Amino acid sequence: MGKHRIGEHTIAFPNRPRILSSAAVVGPKEGRGPLSTAFDFVLEDALYGQKSYEQAEHAIFQEACERCLKKANVPKERVQALLGGDLLNQIMAASLAARELSVPFLGLYGACSTMAESLILGSMLVDGGYASPVLCAAGSHYCTAERQYRFPLEYGNQRTMAAQWTVTGTGACLLGDEGNYLARTEMATVGQVVDMGIRDANNMGACMAPAAADTLKRHFLDTGRKPKDYDQIITGDLGRVGSEILTELMEESGFPLRESQYMDCGLCVFDPKDDVHAGASGCGCSASVLSAMILPRLHTGEWKRVLFMATGALLSPTTSQQGETIPGVAHAVVLEGGDEA
Amino acid sequence: MQQKADHNQARERYMELVKRLTPKSKLGQGCLRAFWVGGGICMLGQAIADAGHRWLGLASADASAFASITLIFLTALLTGIGVFDKIARYAGAGTVVPITGFANAMVSPAMEFKPEGWVLGTGARLFTIAGPVLVYGISASVIVGILYYFIRW
Repeated sequence: MGKHRIGEHTIAFPNRPRILSSAAVVGPKEGRGPLSTAFDFVLEDALYGQKSYEQAEHAIFQEACERCLKKANVPKERVQALLGGDLLNQIMAASLAARELSVPFLGLYGACSTMAESLILGSMLVDGGYASPVLCAAGSHYCTAERQYRFPLEYGNQRTMAAQWTVTGTGACLLGDEGNYLARTEMATVGQVVDMGIRDANNMGACMAPAAADTLKRHFLDTGRKPKDYDQIITGDLGRVGSEILTELMEESGFPLRESQYMDCGLCVFDPKDDVHAGASGCGCSASVLSAMILPRLHTGEWKRVLFMATGALLSPTTSQQGETIPGVAHAVVLEGGDEA
Repeated sequence: MQQKADHNQARERYMELVKRLTPKSKLGQGCLRAFWVGGGICMLGQAIADAGHRWLGLASADASAFASITLIFLTALLTGIGVFDKIARYAGAGTVVPITGFANAMVSPAMEFKPEGWVLGTGARLFTIAGPVLVYGISASVIVGILYYFIRW
C-alpha cells in the first residue's frame, strides 16, 4: 500500500500543493449567466474567429492556459507539465493547445470529470517533487459536442426535460510548490466506474449520480469525515435531475447532504431563462466554475474547506448505439482556502 | 448467483428512482403546438398549390409539386439563416412531419460538415439523418409495388 494512502480510495498530499492561479474563458451564452463577470474572458461569438468549432475549442483551451500563466506571472517555458483534456475525439483541443504551448503534455480523458482528474494527478506530481509548476486544464464546446454526440446544430428537434447543455469554455489552474496561492489541495478520492444500467444519453445526470454517491461515500468512510466537515460539497455537472438523485442516494447511504452546503456547477453557469432544461454539462462546466467561483471564494476565506467532485458520463455514441449502458465516474479533491496566506 | 440477483435488484430500484425524479415532457402542450404549427404549414402548402393552379395556370399535379418545392426552399432558407431550429424547438413534430422536416434534415448536415470539405464532409455526411428514412421508405414502397403488381384490388 502506498505510504500516502488513507483507506481504500483516498490519498493525502502531505505537502499540500498550491493552486497559484486560475483562469476561465467561456462562450457568449455562459457569459450571460450568473457568473458572467467572474470569468476572465467571454467570447462574443462561439466560433472565436476560427474556421471551425473544433479550431475554436482549441483556441479557447489555449487562451485559458495562457491567461492562467500570465496571472501567476509564470512564462510558459517554466511549465513542467500540462495535464488536460476535452470531449473531442482524440482530445484534440488539448493536444493542439499543447502543440502551441510547447510544454510536456499528458493528455487526459475522464469525460466531464477531467478537471478533477487533472487536479489529482497534478497534485501528485507537485507533491512527489516530480514537477512544478504544473498546468491543469479541461474544456468543452457546445457546437463540437452536439455534432459528435447528437445532431447537426441547425437540425430542428426538441430536447427532453432531463437534457443538459454543454458548456463552451475552458478552465485552467496552475499548481506549484511555492509562492502565493488561491487554495491548496489536501487530499483526493479517486472514483471507480459505476454503472447502474442507464441507456438514455439525454439523462446524463442519472448516469453519473450513482458514481458521485459512491465516491462521496468512500471519501467519508476513508477519511472519517462527515458532510458537515466541508463548507461546501460541489459536484461537477449532475444538473437538476442528477443532483436530486444524488441527494436521495446520500440520504439512503447515511451521509445526508444539507441543501445549504451542497451545490452543483451545472446549475451555476447558465441563466435558467436560457432554455437549458436540466442545466450545464461538459468538461468546461466544472473547470470554469472552479476558476470563476470556487477558488475565489476559498481565496477570500468565505469557504475554508470544500470537496470538489467532478463527474463524468463515459458515453461513446458507438457503444451506446450498440446497446451498451452508460457508465459514470466521479473524482473528488479536497481544496483548502488561504488560512496561512 | 445471489450477488447477481442483488445487483439486478439494486439496478431496478435505481431505475424507479430515476423515473420518479426525471421530469416528463409536456405531452398536451407538445401536441397542441405540433398541431397548430404542422396544420399551419399544411395550409400554407395548400395555399401555394391553389395559387399556382389559379394564377400560374399549373395543372393540379404540377401545382402540388410547386407547393413542395416552395416549402423545401423556405425551409432551406430558414435553416441556412439559423431560424428553423428555433421554430422546431417550439413546434416539435409540427415541423418534422411535413416536408419541412425532410428539407431541414438534408440542409443541416450539409452545413454542419462543410468544414471537412465538399467530398468527405458535405458529400459523405449529407444523408446522415435523412438516410434511414430514404432507405426504408424506398424499400417499403418497392415491396408494396411488387405486392400491388400481383394482388390487384
